[in-house]
Amino acid sequence: MSKPFKALFLGLCAALAASPAFADKTLVFCSEGSPEGFNPQFYTAGTTFDATSRNVFDGLVKFDRGTTTITPGLAESWDISEDGTVYTFKLRKGVKFHTTKDFTPSRDFNADDVLFSFNRQWKKDHPYHKVSGGTYEYFNSMSMQDLLKSIDKVDDYTVRFVLNRPEAPFIANLGMDFAVIFSAEYADQMMKAGTPEQFDLKPVGTGPFQLVNYQKDAVIRYKANPDYWRGKAAIDNLVFAITPDASVRYAKLKAGECHVMPYPNPADLEAMRKDPDITLLEKEGLNVGYLAFNTEKKPFDDKRVRQALNLAINKAAIIDAVFQGAGKVAKNPIPPTIWSYNDDVKDYPYDPEKAKQLLAEAGYPNGFETDLWAMPVQRPYNPNARRMAEIIQADWDKVGVKAKIVSFEWGEYLKRSKDGEHQTVLLGWTGDNGDPDNFLAVLLGCDAVGSANRARWCYKPFEDLIQEAKRVSDVNERTRLYKEAQVIFKEEAPWVTIAHSVVFQPVRKEVVDFRIDPFGGNVFYGVDLQ
Amino acid sequence: MIAFILRRLGLLLPTFIGVTLIAFALIHLIPGDPIELMAGERGIDAARHAQLRAELGLDHPLWQQYFGYIFDILRGDLGHSFVTREPVLKEFLTLFPATIELSFCAMLFAVAIGLPVGIIAAVNRDSIFDHTVMGVSLIGYSMPIFWWALLLILLFSVNLGWTPVSGRISVMFWVEPVTGFMLIDTLLAGDTEAFVSALQHLILPAIVLGTIPLAVIARMTRSAMMEVIREDYIRVARAKGLSPLRVITVHALRNALIPVITVIGLQVGVLLAGAILTETIFAWPGVGKWLVDSIQRRDYPSVQGGILLIASIVMLVNLLVDLLYGLINPRIRYSR
Amino acid sequence: MTETTPSPTIAPLAPPGPLREFWQYFSKNKGAVLGMAVIVCLVLIALCAPWLAPHDPHEQFRHALLLPPFWSDGGSERFLLGTDDVGRDILSRLIFGARVSLLVGCIVVTLSLAVGVVLGLTAGFFRGFVENLIMRLMDVMLALPSLLLAIAIVAILGPSLSNAMIAIAVVVLPHYVRLTRAAVITETSKDYVIASQVAGAGLLRQMFVNVLPNCMAPLIVQATLGFSSAILDAAALGFLGLGAQPPTPEWGTMLADARQFIQRAWWVVTFPGLAILITVLAFNLMGDGLRDALDPRLKR
Repeated sequence: MSKPFKALFLGLCAALAASPAFADKTLVFCSEGSPEGFNPQFYTAGTTFDATSRNVFDGLVKFDRGTTTITPGLAESWDISEDGTVYTFKLRKGVKFHTTKDFTPSRDFNADDVLFSFNRQWKKDHPYHKVSGGTYEYFNSMSMQDLLKSIDKVDDYTVRFVLNRPEAPFIANLGMDFAVIFSAEYADQMMKAGTPEQFDLKPVGTGPFQLVNYQKDAVIRYKANPDYWRGKAAIDNLVFAITPDASVRYAKLKAGECHVMPYPNPADLEAMRKDPDITLLEKEGLNVGYLAFNTEKKPFDDKRVRQALNLAINKAAIIDAVFQGAGKVAKNPIPPTIWSYNDDVKDYPYDPEKAKQLLAEAGYPNGFETDLWAMPVQRPYNPNARRMAEIIQADWDKVGVKAKIVSFEWGEYLKRSKDGEHQTVLLGWTGDNGDPDNFLAVLLGCDAVGSANRARWCYKPFEDLIQEAKRVSDVNERTRLYKEAQVIFKEEAPWVTIAHSVVFQPVRKEVVDFRIDPFGGNVFYGVDLQ
Repeated sequence: MIAFILRRLGLLLPTFIGVTLIAFALIHLIPGDPIELMAGERGIDAARHAQLRAELGLDHPLWQQYFGYIFDILRGDLGHSFVTREPVLKEFLTLFPATIELSFCAMLFAVAIGLPVGIIAAVNRDSIFDHTVMGVSLIGYSMPIFWWALLLILLFSVNLGWTPVSGRISVMFWVEPVTGFMLIDTLLAGDTEAFVSALQHLILPAIVLGTIPLAVIARMTRSAMMEVIREDYIRVARAKGLSPLRVITVHALRNALIPVITVIGLQVGVLLAGAILTETIFAWPGVGKWLVDSIQRRDYPSVQGGILLIASIVMLVNLLVDLLYGLINPRIRYSR
Repeated sequence: MTETTPSPTIAPLAPPGPLREFWQYFSKNKGAVLGMAVIVCLVLIALCAPWLAPHDPHEQFRHALLLPPFWSDGGSERFLLGTDDVGRDILSRLIFGARVSLLVGCIVVTLSLAVGVVLGLTAGFFRGFVENLIMRLMDVMLALPSLLLAIAIVAILGPSLSNAMIAIAVVVLPHYVRLTRAAVITETSKDYVIASQVAGAGLLRQMFVNVLPNCMAPLIVQATLGFSSAILDAAALGFLGLGAQPPTPEWGTMLADARQFIQRAWWVVTFPGLAILITVLAFNLMGDGLRDALDPRLKR
C-alpha cells in the first residue's frame, strides 16, 4: 500500500470510527403510560414524575441516584436551627433554566424561583394558585400547609423556611417531586401574555433534559440541556415511547426499538435473564404490602388473636404464588432499603399449632368468623390481592378462622376501609421520600386513625417513640428510636407484614449505568449508550 | 329533498338529548369517587375532599349539574378533563384523527376486497370460489378480533418481524401534526421514510379492524347482486347485447349498492366499537382507548364528552347514509 | 350416500307438516347442519364436562407450568393441550369453559329476547307516545358503540360474569325491540287480527296468543345469531378484564391471562381463541340455515 493511500485509508477509518461519536445518541424508554400532565405539582403518579420532575426539573435537594440518601441539589448547603424549626438554604449560583421556543431566560436561577414554586402551592391568593385548576395533592398530603410558617428570601441566593413545629423529615420532603423548582420569570411572561396555562403545558426547568414535543398517548421527546449545571447528559436525545402493554414493551425491547422498559411481566423474567442482549436489573422496592386488623373491633382488639393470625399465615407460599419470585417476605413495616430498618426483629414463623393455642388462650378455641378485604386492583406492593386473599383464607381455615373475601370498586374500597368498616383488610404503601416517618407515622400513628391508619391502631409507647423521632434531627438518635418502634410494632402485631415487592427492570446491553430508583422512578441523567 | 333532510334532522334532536342524558346518567351511576381515586392509599381529609368537590363542580344537585352541562354544550364547551385539566374537546380532537385514520383504512381494506369478491361470487354462483368466499367470510364474521390481533402480532411481528408490534409510527420520526393524519402529515413533510413507517404501523391494526366489515360487505354484496341479477331489466340489458362486464358494473352494481351502502354505514358503529379493542392491543393513540381509560379513572367530563361526540358521529353517519340512499334511489325519498 | 336419497315417499299427497317442511329446507344447507352438529357436541361436552375433563380445571400442577401440547417437544400425554402459567390443564379448562360460554349465550338471549319482545309488542300495539318513547330510547342505545355501552354498564355494576351478561343483554336489546315492533306492525294490519279484535279478544290475548307466534320466525333467527354475538361480547369483556373473573375458566378471560405469554407459549393464546371461533362460527352457520329455512322470501 503506497503511503498517500495508506494515509487516506487510515483517515477514512478514523472518520468512520469517529462519526458515531458525533452522531446523536438517542435513548428510547418504553414508558408504561402517558403523563397526566407536565407540572408535577398537580399529580401523584410515578409515570408523570418520570416525564417531568425526575428528568426535566431539579429540587433544592435531591436523592443520590439509586439510593434514598439526600444530597445537595439546587441548594448547595443548608443549616438547621437548634430547635429544628428554621431551615436556611444557600442556593447554587450560575444555574440556567431551559431555553425554549417560547422562553429565553434573562437571568440565572435565584431565590425568587424558590419562593414562586412553593408559594404557588401554598398561598391561596397567589396569582398562579388557581391556574390549570391547581390541586396540589402531594403538597397537601405531606401536610406542608400546616407545617410551613413562612418562606423568606434573605438575599438572591439565600432562602429561609420557618416551620410551625420541628419536623425531621422536612428535608426529605424537599427532595420529592412536588418540590421541584420552576422559573418565576417564565411564569411572569406567560401571565403577561395572558396564557398562564401554557406554563403548565410547556415545562421549563433546570433539569438535564428539556421537553421538545409531546404527541398525546404516543411519544414524548426530550433533548439534553446543553447548559446543565452538573454537565450535559451523556445522551443527546431522550424519547419516551408510550407502550401500555407489558408484552409489547418486551417485544419492542427485544427488537431494539427501545432501550429501557419498566414493569416487565413476571412471566417474561426467565426469558429476559437468558437473553444475551438484555440485562435484567433488580432491586427491592420502597414499599410494603400488609394485612391490617381493625384493632377497634372484636376479636382483633386482643393482641393474642392478632399474633395467632400472624402465625397462621404461610408467607413463603404467598411470595411464590402471588409474586412469582418478584417479592420478599416482609417482617417490618418499612422496607430494608430505608435507613433504621431493624434486621434484629424476628418475624412470626408459620406455626398453625401455636396459633391454635393462642386462639384458645384468647377464648376462641374453635376460631371465629371474619371478613377479609381484597383490593380489586394491581398495585406495586401486591400484584394480585384476590389470589393473596384466597391463600390467606385457606391458611386461616386450618386454625378454625373462617374468612369471607370481600371486595369493592377501588375508590369505594379506599373510602370504606378508611372509615373502618372492615375487620381485616389487605393494602399497602409506597414510600414518598425514603424517611421512616413516611411509613411509621403515616400508617401507624395515632393522628392517622381515620385516614391511612387502617389498623386504627393507636398505641402510646409506639406513638411516643415516633413523635420523639420527628423532633430530633440527629440521624443516629432517630435510627435508635425507629428501631425500637419496630420491635414494639412486631410484638403488638396490628398488621401481618406480608411482602416487599422486588422491582425488575430489563435494559438493553448497550445501556451503560442505568440504576433502578428505589422510588420507582426512571432517571436518565448519568445513563449512557455504547 | 330539503324537507326530507329537515325531517331526519328533527328526529335526531330527541336522540341527541337522550344521548346526553344517558351519558350523564351512566357516568354518575358508576360507583367510585374520582377524588378518592386521585388520592389513592394516601387518603384525603374531609375538608380537602369537600373543597375539591366544589372545585370540580360535583357539590351541586345532580339536576343542576345536568343543566349546567347542557348549557355548556350549547356554548360548545365540553368541560375540562379531571386528570389532564385540558379541554375535553381539544383532547378528543388530538386523538380522533388517529381513530379516523385507522377506521378509514380498515374500511378501505374491507371495501376494496369485499366488493369485488362479493360481485365475483354472485356472478359465479355455487362455484368453488363462491363457496370459499362464503365460508371464509363467515369465519371472518365469527372472529374474536382481539384474538385475531394477537395471532397476527405473533405471526407477522414476533416470528417474521415484518411489521412493528405496536404504535403509530417509529419513534425515530417526528412529524409536526398538521392534519393529525399520520399518512398525510408525513407526505406533507415530504418524509418518505416516515410515510413508509406510518404505513407499516397501520397495516396490522387496519386488517384486524377491517376483518368483520370485510366479511359483512362481501356477503351483503353477494346477496344484493344475486337479487339484482334476477331482475328483468338486467335480462333486458343482456338481451340487448351489452357486454356482460358492462351489465354487471353499470346496471347491476348501481342497484346492488343500495343495501351495501347501508351496511357500510352501519359498520361505522361496529368499527368504533372494534376500535376500542384494536387500539388497546396495538397501543394506538385513538379515542377508543382514551374513553376506556377515562371510564377507569372516573374522569367524568372526558367520558361524557367522549360518549356524546362518538354518538353524534354515529348519528351523523347514519343520516348521511340515509341521504345517500335517497340520492342513489329517488324512490325512497317519496316512499317515506 | 343414503342421505342423498330423500324419503318423501311416506305421504306424497298430504302437504308436509311445518316441522318437516322446515327440516327439508334446513337440511339442504350443509353448513347449517354442520353448525348444528357442532353445537350439539358442545352442549354434550358442557353437560358432561366433569366426566370428560381429564383434570379439575382449577387444580394447579406446580411441577408442570406452561407445558406445551402433547405433540410438541416437552409435552406430556397427561396434558393433551398443555398447561397454563400456574399449571392448570388447558383442555380441562376449555371443556369447562364451554359451560360458561353456552350459559352466557342462553342467559343473554333469554333475557334480551324476553325484555325485547315485551317492549317491542308494547311499542307495536300502543302507537304514539309509548312507541315514540321506547323507539327513541332504542335509537339512543344504537347510537352508542355497543362495546362502549357494555363497558360503562359493567363499570356501574362491577366486573363479574353475571354483570357482564346483564350488560350484553341490555346492549343487544334494541335489535329485538325493533324486530318485534316491525313484525307486530305488519301483522296487526292483517285480517285475522282485525277479525279476532272484532270477535272481542282481549289485548293481552291479541299480543301474546294471536300476534306473537306469527312474529317468531325472524326472532328465532335473531336469537340464534344473538347466541354468537353474546359469546363474542362476553369474551371481549373478559379479555378487557371486565367479564368473568379469574379463576373462572371463561375463554375470553383465559385469553386475557394468557396474553402475557404470547411470545413464550403459543398454545395458551391459540386454543381459547380457537374455541371461541369454532363456537361462534357454529352458531352463525346454524343461524344462516335457520334464516334460509324460515324466511319465506327465499323459499320458493
